[in-house]
Amino acid sequence: MKNLKMKKEFKVIADLLPNNIRVLDVGCGDGSLMSLLREEKNVEVRGLELSQENVQECIHKGLPVIQGNAETELHQFPNKSFDYVVLSQTLQAFYEPEKVLRNLLRIGKSVVISIPNFGYWKVRTKLLFFGKMPVTKTLPNTWYNTPNLHMCTIKDLFNFCDEKKFNIKKVVGVNEDKTSIIKKSNLEIKNLFSKVGIFLIS
Amino acid sequence: MPSLAGLFFWMNIKLENIKKLEVAKPLKLDCGKTIKDFPLAYETYGKLNNNKDNAILVFHALTGDQFVTGTNPITNKEGWWVTAVGPGKAIDTNKYFVICANVIGGCMGSLGPRNINPDTKEPYGLDFPVITIKDMVRAQETLLEQLGIKKLLCATGGSMGGMQLLQFCATFPNKTFSAIPIACSSSHSAQNIALNELARQAIMADPVWDNGKYVLKDLQPKNGLAVARMVGHISYLSEKGMQEKFGRKLQEKADYEFSFNADFQVESYLRHQGYAFVERFDANSVLYITRAMDYFDLSKQFKGGLVEAFKNQKTKFLIISFSSDWLYTTKDNKDIVIALNASGADVSYSEIVTDKGHDSFLLNETQFLKTLKSFIDSMYEKFKNEKRI
Repeated sequence: MKNLKMKKEFKVIADLLPNNIRVLDVGCGDGSLMSLLREEKNVEVRGLELSQENVQECIHKGLPVIQGNAETELHQFPNKSFDYVVLSQTLQAFYEPEKVLRNLLRIGKSVVISIPNFGYWKVRTKLLFFGKMPVTKTLPNTWYNTPNLHMCTIKDLFNFCDEKKFNIKKVVGVNEDKTSIIKKSNLEIKNLFSKVGIFLIS
Repeated sequence: MPSLAGLFFWMNIKLENIKKLEVAKPLKLDCGKTIKDFPLAYETYGKLNNNKDNAILVFHALTGDQFVTGTNPITNKEGWWVTAVGPGKAIDTNKYFVICANVIGGCMGSLGPRNINPDTKEPYGLDFPVITIKDMVRAQETLLEQLGIKKLLCATGGSMGGMQLLQFCATFPNKTFSAIPIACSSSHSAQNIALNELARQAIMADPVWDNGKYVLKDLQPKNGLAVARMVGHISYLSEKGMQEKFGRKLQEKADYEFSFNADFQVESYLRHQGYAFVERFDANSVLYITRAMDYFDLSKQFKGGLVEAFKNQKTKFLIISFSSDWLYTTKDNKDIVIALNASGADVSYSEIVTDKGHDSFLLNETQFLKTLKSFIDSMYEKFKNEKRI
């Protein structure tokens, strides 16, 4: 079930990317997205991943991967060395998300970021009606063991990019199988009904 | 126990019967001297297939030799990388053709300081030219030519083997489809040089060494050489690994002897390792090979630095380091990854978490061996596809 939903997000990310480019997948996990991109888009992929187990899985799949911490080790990638840098569902887990984001924009000509949306209505109601930190399918951890240090909503990230003068090219909201384009005009409503937000910035 | 003189005589007879390539082509060494008509001893395992796309070249470390796996016919001991290479192993000799050559400067059949100097008709000793890692690698490249291998599937090596591999990739770009440098460094640090100097000084302080002339008398400065080996062994283990293995345990005794005998197990271990080594290795070879390691500085060869050394690499790299290795640290290995990244090369990197220190690459480290196997097998599939296209 989780895999299927992950695939939907990856499908959206894949659709955002052109063919035959160089992509760095930061926090690439077991390499599912990299495999998809390589097969469907003929993309030259590279992953950065913290967990040794996942690194091994990527190597097993023949995917080039560097074991390392995105928070501290992005400096090794030269300026504009990739066409796109993808950061899937990990921005909120960094100590300094802004610093990481600036690094991604330095490495890639464009950056794709996906975030679990803390503004999704189910998340809001959990906190509102139960008075407890929300635990949902996209946010499966409890408050004491979550890796997420900087939870944000689609609206938060939208405003943040505006404020920092990052150029938002496209924002896609994902809810189960449905996707929709998010603009300033529909931001409030999409912020309520999207489980995941995917940003293309440069 | 046979006398050392007798032992070397017996070893020399055995060395007559191993695979050797007589390299006729003159090789101009980095020091300026030229060697020609010299022997390069090697061993192969498995079979080269008809497409010649399953060859893996292994570079050995400081005290290694060409006998990677199976039984070493000279020492009658197991090959030094029996954990990783062999039928059904990570580097599967049922599937791949594994080649390893003894480095020049060594003492397992390739040209080294114990060979006869054609000018004097006596063993070289210290008249042997000082060699470099690059010299070693260039000598071995002739072997690939001889075996008819245009492009290797993979080349690998740990420690000094990894250094040779980095040099090989820089000097002969794209001669191998993939490369796995393990627990190595692109240049020797001050600490690395210091430890090697300690080993050399131990040998030179042994009166038997006699400026390297012991070879003429068929002797071996075994006390000095044993100490040199002990230094090495300490640097191959991690502090934690050593503590766990030996702690303060006493060697087959209930209490201190109040003497300088080997009271502690760790002392006994070092003495054993040291004195076992003198029976299979030449003291002058240690001097020459450690010197080659100290001179190794890949970025110095390429004025633009390490990035320049890896320019236009199509080879797919996997760098592996071990978390508790303090001889060639994770940082040393990551610097190679950073340079490869900056040069745009295809590079993977994995740090294996272990307490076993630098020695890990020789041991039965499950995660390490799994990573090695996964990478090589996936590279083989890619290499076959590439050749088909």
